[in-house]
Order: sequence, then C-alpha cells, then structure tokens
Amino acid sequence: MKNKQTAKMSKFLIISVLSVCAGILAWWIVTDVLELFRSNVLPSPVKVMQTFMKKWVETKPDGATLLQHLFASLKVALGGYLIGAAIGIPLGIFMAWNDKIDMLVRPVFDLVRTIPGVAWTSVMVTLVGIGYMSKALVIFISAMVAMVINSYSGIKQTKTVHLWVGQTFGASNWELLTKVAIPSALPMIFTGLDVALGSAWTTLVAAELLASTRGLGFMIQQARGIFRLDIVIVGMVVIAITGAILSTIIRKIGNKIVKGGRLG
Amino acid sequence: MEKKEAKVVVNHLTKKFGDLLVLDDLNFEVQEGEFLCIVGPTGCGKTTFLNSLTRLYEPTAGDILVNGIPVNPKTQNISYIFQEYSSFPWLTVEQNVRFGLEIKKTPKAEADANVEEMLDIVGLTKFRNYYPSQLSISMLQRVAIARAFATKPELLLMDEPYGQLDIDLRFKLEDELIKLWKKTGTTVLFITHNIEEAVYLSEKIMVLTNKPTSVKTVLDNNLPRPRDVTSPEFVELRNKVTDLIKWW
Repeated sequence: MKNKQTAKMSKFLIISVLSVCAGILAWWIVTDVLELFRSNVLPSPVKVMQTFMKKWVETKPDGATLLQHLFASLKVALGGYLIGAAIGIPLGIFMAWNDKIDMLVRPVFDLVRTIPGVAWTSVMVTLVGIGYMSKALVIFISAMVAMVINSYSGIKQTKTVHLWVGQTFGASNWELLTKVAIPSALPMIFTGLDVALGSAWTTLVAAELLASTRGLGFMIQQARGIFRLDIVIVGMVVIAITGAILSTIIRKIGNKIVKGGRLG
Repeated sequence: MEKKEAKVVVNHLTKKFGDLLVLDDLNFEVQEGEFLCIVGPTGCGKTTFLNSLTRLYEPTAGDILVNGIPVNPKTQNISYIFQEYSSFPWLTVEQNVRFGLEIKKTPKAEADANVEEMLDIVGLTKFRNYYPSQLSISMLQRVAIARAFATKPELLLMDEPYGQLDIDLRFKLEDELIKLWKKTGTTVLFITHNIEEAVYLSEKIMVLTNKPTSVKTVLDNNLPRPRDVTSPEFVELRNKVTDLIKWW
C-alpha cells in the first residue's frame, strides 16, 4: 500500500512539474520568441532569472539584497503569525467550550473579523509608527481571525456521542475538553494554521506596500515605481515559493500530530 | 429472612422535553447480575430512558438509585455502549479500550491487565495499533464493547448496539456478549427493537408502551442456554412479546 501511494505521488509530481514547465514555456514564447511584449511590460523568464541571480548580491535599486528582503518579511510574518496562533487557538477553543466566554468575546470578534487585515494598516501606523510593530500587529490580527474561526468550529463539531462516552465514564468538564473535544478538533485547528498562514503572508505583502523600508512587498513597490517589472516578478515568485514551503511545513507537522488518518 | 438488595431502583422516573411528556412515571427494579432487555415500539423513548438513567439528560422528576444511592457516573462504575459508532478516531484500538480506565485513574498494572484481557476476548489483539478508520464496522463495535467492559462496570447500558449489523455478525457478537456477561457478572440493561434479540439474550424482558412511555409489563425469560431460535418455547415467547408491543 505504501509503495502504491508513493508511486501515485511521484506520478502527480511529474504532472505538477510538467504544468509549471508548460506555463514557463508559454511565457518564454510570447516574450523572447514572438516578442509580443516589450521587456519593460512583460520581461521574459530568462531576464527574470538573471535578475533573480543578481538580486542575491545587488542592493540596487531598493537598498537591500533579496535575502535581506526575504528575512525582513519572514520576521514580520512569522512573528505576527505565531502570536496569532498562541492567542487565537486557545481563544477559539474556549469560546466554543464556554458559553460565557462566547457571549463576552463573540460580539467584538464578529465585528473585527469582517475587516480585511490590510485595513488595519493605517490605524497601526498611526498608533505605533512605520516599522516592525505595525506590520506584525496587522498580521497578528488577520492570522488570529482564521485561527479562532477554525478552532471554534472544530470544537463545536465534536460528536455528541464522543462527549457522552466521556461523561458516562465520569469524566470532568476539563477532561472532556482535553481528552475528547480538543483531540477531535485537531484537524480543524491545523486547517486553521494553514489558512492563517496564507492570510498572514498575503496581508504582509499588502502591508509592506504601504508602510515599510524593507521586505518583499517593499521591494515590489520600489521596483514598480521605476518600471523594473523583472524585479516585481522576482518578488512575486519568491513570495509564492516561500508561501508554499511554509504551508508544506505546517502540513508535515499536522500529519505528525493528527492521528488516525484524519488530515486530508 | 434476607431480602436481596436491588442493583438499580427506578422510582417515578419522568422526563419532559418542554411540554412533550416522553417518560411517564416509570417504576422498576433490576437485580444484581441480571440481564434485562428493554423492548418497545419504535420511537417510544427507549434512548431517552437510558440517557436519563445515566444523567446525560436530567430527569424531570423521580429518582434513579444504583446500589441505593442516586446515580452518578463520576462515582459509580457505569459503562454505556451507544447506537452510533463511538470509537474515538484519534486513538488506536488499544488506546480506545484504555480510555475509561484512564478517566477512572485505574492503577497502570491493573489497567494493562484489563486491556489485554478485553483485546483478547473480542479478538482484536492483532489490531491493537490500528486506528478506527482502518477497521470494519463489526470491529468498531467490538472496540466499543471492549472499552465498556474494560472498566469492569457494575452496570452496563446498551442502546441497540447491534442494530446496524447484518444477521451473522449479530449472532456472533450476541454470543460474545453472553460470554462476557457470564464471566463478569455485570448487570446489563439492553435496549433493542429486535424481539428475537431480546428473547435470545435476556433473563427478563421489559416491555414499554408507546409515548408517553411507561412500563407495560416485565416478563421472565428462563429458556435454557444456549438458546435455539427455532425451538417452540423460543417462538412462543417471541410471539408473546410481539403481541404485547402491538399498539394497533
């Protein structure tokens, strides 16, 4: 069974690689081969690749190398994301478990969650200025919302019969929460971690476009101003790849922790 | 003269959901070690009855005494096997069986021994490290049975545990259950809508009326074991119960 799965996986991998290659090939044909676009409108993949290599060492035109931008972004994103998880997951769990906490927090939460994360940027900048804090706070809010919603519904979806099993064995309220409801909600909690990662990463780039001096979003913004579309695309590609890697890490951790084949 | 103390005493048990009267003044006793089957028309409140008995629902009126004290799952050793599949999908077979023992904080050595014994009896020793998603339906129900018996309960409640199984499996698991019951001496309350199953398993059969539910009658079932579902005595008792359930 293991071998069959691995075989199926590698087949999928080939198909995925092929589709990415086809996309790049089409891009190359319309730019370098047919020359349908000028290079400052749509640079060719070759040009983007060259810029990508150069950007590792070159600080022009935005004042930092690619790696420095990437680290600046990661620092902000992971900082906000981790605090969002540390607060959002327990908050969602306790809201779902305890009616009083639910009644207390829910109205505020329902108002906050409809606001797009980026909308907080101006408020945060006014409050704490342009810098690490304002961006981290914006990310914290958007990541936390996803964590709360998913942990909340995870706990709410606990099967009644599972709680009854605990109850008839004489489990206390705390035991019902820790031994039945939370294990039962873990797949949803990990979905929340994945969704939150996505929203943290997208919000980050948007926040950096407005309030920043370093970071991938800032790099894109600067390059756009001087029509360096090749740098813009380099930024986009790095964002995509980093996001995919982070998401894979979360899923790998999830598969280790969530038992019984319950995570897709 | 020594009167045997009843294991379970139910006095005037009444349960209303809003204005809807579901259980209407139920009174009965169950003796220690007895196997009581509870039958009744579909939708007559059998499950509500068991759930009130374990305090999953708070009864509207009446007392339920186990060993002479009001029923409380926190201090009394009760196990419940539900109609739905109730194994925890995040635990292995072995961890599922151990669950009740952990809640009850049974000493490790004793818990280990009980788990081994139960896995052996229900024939799941080889599958101890499997998760429920990897098991068949009959295995899942066996996990639930092993989990319920592992705590050596004084009172075992079963709510149509075999309702969704096909007939071969049902016979097999019923025989297994009788074996376990004889071995442990547990008092069993077994709810079913299957009259043949009730006659096959029970020492006593309690017949409930249609809603609002009350006790219609209690029949003794002294057929010798192992029972033969085709013997004239068996068929006679089965027909008698069937007639009692008819409300038309």
